[in-house]
Amino acid sequence: MSRDDRVTITVDGVPVGGRAGQSIAGVLIGAGEQAWRTTSFASAARGVFCGIGVCFDCVVEVNGLADVRACLRRARDGDVVVRQHIAPPEVIP
Amino acid sequence: MTPHSIGRPGRRHVVVVGAGPAGLSAARAAAEAGARVTVLDASHATGGQYWRHAAGPHEQLTDEELRLQHGWDTYCVLDAAVRSHPAVELVTRAQVWAAERHDDGPRLHVLVGEPDDAGRVPLTFSPDAVVLATGAHDRTLPFPGWELPGVTTAGAAQALAKADGVAVGSRVLVAGAGPFLLPVAATLAAVGATVLGVHEASRAGALARGWLDRPWRLAGTSGKLLELAGYAAGHVRHRIPYRVGEAVVAAHGHGRVEAVTISRLDPTWAPIAGTERVVEVDAVCVSHGFTPRLELAVALGTAITTERFVDVDVRQRTSSPHVWAAGETTGIAGVDAALAEGWLAGHDAAGGAPDERRARTAVRRRAATHEVARRMAAAHGIPVQGAGSGPGWLRWLTDDTVVCRCEEVTAGRLRDTAAVTCSTDPVSVKLTSRAGLGICQGRMCSAAVTAILGAPGALESRPVAAPVRLGDLARAAGPSA
Repeated sequence: MSRDDRVTITVDGVPVGGRAGQSIAGVLIGAGEQAWRTTSFASAARGVFCGIGVCFDCVVEVNGLADVRACLRRARDGDVVVRQHIAPPEVIP
Repeated sequence: MTPHSIGRPGRRHVVVVGAGPAGLSAARAAAEAGARVTVLDASHATGGQYWRHAAGPHEQLTDEELRLQHGWDTYCVLDAAVRSHPAVELVTRAQVWAAERHDDGPRLHVLVGEPDDAGRVPLTFSPDAVVLATGAHDRTLPFPGWELPGVTTAGAAQALAKADGVAVGSRVLVAGAGPFLLPVAATLAAVGATVLGVHEASRAGALARGWLDRPWRLAGTSGKLLELAGYAAGHVRHRIPYRVGEAVVAAHGHGRVEAVTISRLDPTWAPIAGTERVVEVDAVCVSHGFTPRLELAVALGTAITTERFVDVDVRQRTSSPHVWAAGETTGIAGVDAALAEGWLAGHDAAGGAPDERRARTAVRRRAATHEVARRMAAAHGIPVQGAGSGPGWLRWLTDDTVVCRCEEVTAGRLRDTAAVTCSTDPVSVKLTSRAGLGICQGRMCSAAVTAILGAPGALESRPVAAPVRLGDLARAAGPSA
């Protein structure tokens, strides 16, 4: 694998290209994205904050698994990424 | 389960956690002193945050990437020495998620595989000695709008530039406190961003008292100063304005940051009314220093200093037998200190002779670099007390400022919870407000929460050092094959 190689992931079904070796966050930012998660309570947009795996703000669903830190996970060709929004559990009175 | 240890009799097994400057230096010294060494790092590559890079071990950096690095030759020599030593086993993508004390020594629980993936391989180590070189992460004081996309730590901008080759924005402002803001601004400019300015919260007086006081004491630390001079030259080249006594006190935008408010600060970091101005940006990078990663040290029972670093002696021994620590977990003193401390820790953990010539040299280098650390704290430290109650920066918080980013708890709700429950105890307010109970385990907000409550912070004990999936936990705890 050389760093000139390209990888293509899909984000909510839309193909997004990046360089081999980039993190999913790197691919997304390289494609001009800043936000890819919606918070549970305020439904607010979030993206990268700490960039080194501490804050968990940038988590996405990758290949069916939620809560993957986009800043740590390297993008692999064909990765299926879904913007994450986990609604809080419903309160039944 | 069976501990993953081979253990030749008579030969000490040293596990080094972290492969940044301190960890690599420790691993080499321990191996050269005769130990069998295992190096664990959560990342794909060695080098830590300081030498974070995209290339694998056998690839060369491009000229553009090399311009973002400092001391790259030192890294290459160190990394090659560690990889080629027959007594060293290097495990990358290895997340140490728990550490335990046992009568016969420490035990480390590790998951190896892609970050946050399911089905990572569990490993357990029961070494004779552990060297903790887990580093630190950015500390950012909260301000209104800091949760907007496009607002990042300075470290995030640095990491995304070095490892991913991308700039966090095209019109970027850098703010906070500390000399680290300068290389971040230089890096952003190098990857194509327009850096609108660097805004340092400390005022000229504090900076002069910290950095210019008794300059002869800095003899022997010329490397650090040359590095800072290099950044200053970079600033001139890229014409980045550097302003002191100023802070970003609010970020504005819908769904992402579109502008920030900058204010002048008094010496306690309280904003000075009437000095605000608004600047349009598409990203802003803010850091006010660093928080050491203490989870494993706390779990292994080491003493922590009042400044909340791992307490070590001149040979980098912690208060806990079998445990050494080096680098930014023991104080923020830069790469030269980390290299010297790592060497001492690895050498001593392996049972190397304390009075050897190289050990004496390392002790001298460590002492010199610690003078830089004292000055950095004096020049850029967050003021603890302001004119009113609490530090001045609390005055830029509004009631609806998000403090706990995970659970979206605001400053107003924290204060209300404290008032309603008649408690400023951080643990009590945490349980009633949910601040600090989210997935980051309070790493981003706990210092701010204790400052807002005006109560001394309790040391956070996190039995699980890094979040793990329940399935992996079950597998790791289950009977081994």
